Amino acid sequence: MGDNTMLDLRNIHKSFFIGTPNEFEVLHGVNFHVKEGEFVSIVGQSGSGKSTLMNIIGALDRPTAGEYTLDGVDIEKAKDHELSILRNKKIGFVFQTYNLIARTTALKNVELPMMYAGMSKGERADRAKMLLEEVGMKDRMHHKPDELSGGQKQRVAIARAMANDPAIILADEPTGALDSATGRLIMDIFHKLHEEQGKTIVLITHSPELSQETQRIITLKDGTIMGESTGTWQGLKVKEDA
Amino acid sequence: MLITENILVALAGLKANIMRSLLTMLGIIIGIASVIAIMTVGNSITIMVNQTMQDLGANNLQMGVMQKSQNNESSDTGMNYGEGYVRELEDSDLISQEMLDDFTTEYKDNIQYVLLTQDIATRWDNAKVSKGNTSANVNLQGLNADALKFKNLKMISGRQFIGHDYKEAKRTCVVSDKLVDRLFDGEYDSVIGKEIEVTVSGNYYKYYVVGVYEYVQESFSFGASDNPTTDIYVPYETARIQTHNQNKGIQYCDLVTTIDTNNDEFATQVRDFFNIKYYSRNDTYEVVCISMTSMMDSMNSMISMIQLALSVIAAISLVVGGIGVMNIMLVSITERTKEIGTRKALGATNGSIRLQFITESVVICLIGGIIGILAGVGLGTLAVKFMGYEAAVSVQSIVIAVGFSMAIGVFFGYYPANKAAKLNPIDALRYE
Repeated sequence: MGDNTMLDLRNIHKSFFIGTPNEFEVLHGVNFHVKEGEFVSIVGQSGSGKSTLMNIIGALDRPTAGEYTLDGVDIEKAKDHELSILRNKKIGFVFQTYNLIARTTALKNVELPMMYAGMSKGERADRAKMLLEEVGMKDRMHHKPDELSGGQKQRVAIARAMANDPAIILADEPTGALDSATGRLIMDIFHKLHEEQGKTIVLITHSPELSQETQRIITLKDGTIMGESTGTWQGLKVKEDA
Repeated sequence: MLITENILVALAGLKANIMRSLLTMLGIIIGIASVIAIMTVGNSITIMVNQTMQDLGANNLQMGVMQKSQNNESSDTGMNYGEGYVRELEDSDLISQEMLDDFTTEYKDNIQYVLLTQDIATRWDNAKVSKGNTSANVNLQGLNADALKFKNLKMISGRQFIGHDYKEAKRTCVVSDKLVDRLFDGEYDSVIGKEIEVTVSGNYYKYYVVGVYEYVQESFSFGASDNPTTDIYVPYETARIQTHNQNKGIQYCDLVTTIDTNNDEFATQVRDFFNIKYYSRNDTYEVVCISMTSMMDSMNSMISMIQLALSVIAAISLVVGGIGVMNIMLVSITERTKEIGTRKALGATNGSIRLQFITESVVICLIGGIIGILAGVGLGTLAVKFMGYEAAVSVQSIVIAVGFSMAIGVFFGYYPANKAAKLNPIDALRYE
C-alpha cells in the first residue's frame, strides 16, 4: 500500500444560498485525507453534512472555501468540463439507488463511462464483459435494469464504477436499499476490490455497524469532523476462516 | 462514435414510447407530406404544360391581330386574342396575304414556316367517322402547305396535298392508320380514293381520302386506348370555306423560325414590322407577336407562384409540428432528469448531453420527415394520376424536405437539450 495521498481536503467550507437572508453553512472547515489503497468510511447522521461532503469529494460540487486535491488535481480551479473529465476518469460512483440507465442493458450501462472517455467500441465491450464477470453478472449482461434484482443492479453499478479504473470508488450508502444478505454480498465485493486490487474506497454511510468494516472511520457531526477511529475488519480471509 | 450511440439511444427511446413518438411526429409528417404532395402536383403540371408546348413547337412564335391596350402597350402574355370588342374586326384590320408575303420576303432568313390552321372540329366537338356500327373519334383540321410540312407526317400510302388541293379547295383529306385499322380493316392502299363522312354536331363533311399517315401518340394523352382520337387533315382553304370563314385576311397564325433566330428579339421585329408599316393608322387594332418560350416562362412562373404560396401555408404546419417536438422533448427531459444526473456523474460533459438530446429530436423529425415524404409522394402521385397526368416527383423537394426536417429537429431540439445540459448534476441526481 503506497503512501501517496489520494484525497486531500483542507479547511473545506460549504455554504448554501450565499448572499441571501437564508444563507447557511453546512460544512465548517473539514480536514481529512485518504491515502492510496485505503478503505475509509465517513459516518454521520442525516443532516450531518455527509451528502454535501460526498458531492464535494465526487467533484459534483465545489467547496465555498478551502482546498481540495484529488489525485494531485486541484478541484476548485478546475473548469466545468474539466470536472466532467475528472469524474469520468478518477471517480467511480456507486449510489444507494443504483442509478442505472433504464432501457439499456447491463453491458451498455457498464460501457457508458468508457464511451464518454472515448474508448473504441470493441475495447469497451471487452472490458465491460470482463468487469461484469468479476462481479458475477456475466450471464445477465444483456438484461435491462428492470429485469434485475436490487443486488444484481448494485453489482452492475459497481462494475460500471470500475469502468475507467478510477482513482477512488465513492460509495454512497451502497447497501441502503438492500436486505442484509444481499448487502453482505455487496460489501464483500468492495472488500475484494480493496484487498485484491488495492482500490481506494470511500464509503459514506449512516450506519456505525457498516463503518466498522473499513480501515478508518471518519465521524461527521453538524458539519465538522468529530473524530477518527479504526475499524474492526480483519480482512475477507479471516472472515471466511472464522 | 458518440453520434451512433446517441442515435441508438434515441431509437430505443422512441420504441419504448411508440404511441407518444407517433403523435409527436404527426405534425412533422403532415407538414412534410403536404409540401411534398404540392410540389409533386405542381411539378407534374409544369412538366405536362411544357411538354405540350414543346409539342406545339418551342421554336414557334404566335402572331395575331389584337385590340390595342388602353395604355398603348402591347400585352406580353398575348393569350387574349381579339378580346374586348370596341369595334368589330373588319377585313381591313386583318393581315392580308399581301402583307404576309411582304413579311416573309423581308424576313426569309428567319422564317422557316408560316403555319395557317383552321379547326373544324377539336377534341371537344366529339367528331366521328362512322361505317356501319363502328365509328372512330377524330379531330378535323385544315392546314396550309407549311403547316402540313411542319407536322412531318410519315405517310404509309397515298400522298399529301398538292397545289390544286389548296388552290381549288378540294375536298381531299389525309387520315391516320388507326382510323383505317378501325373502319377499313387496315387496307391502307384500297382506302385511297374512297369517300368518308365526318359528323360534327349534326353537320356532315365529306372528303376523299388521298393519303394515310402513321399515328404517333402524343406525349401527354389521357391514357392509351385502342380507339384514340386521331386527326384528319384537309386543305386550309377547304376548311375556311366549310367553316364559312369569309374573311379576306388572317387573324392569327404561328411562325416557325430558323434555328439561328433569337425568338424573343424576332418577336419584337415582327411587331414593329407590322405595326409601323401597316397598322400605324389603325386606331383600334395592332399586331402582337410573342414567342412560345416567353409564354412558357410566364406559365411556369405562374405555377411556381401558386406552388410557393401553397407550400408556405403547408410549412406553417411544420412549425406547429416543431413546437410539438419541442414540447415532448421538454417532457422527456423532465422525466429523465435523474438519468441526466447519472450521466453527468459518470463523466458526460454538457456538450455530450446537449448532443444526445439534439440527436434525439433530430431523429424524431427525420423519421417523421421520411414518413411524410413517403405519404406526400403517394398522395401527390395519386392526385396527379387522378387528374390524368404522369406524376413527376421532384427529387429537389425531397432533399429539401429531409434537410428541413433535420433543421427543425436542431432548432426545436436546441432549447430543451440546452436546458438538459445545464442541469446541476446534484439536483438532477436527487430528482425523484
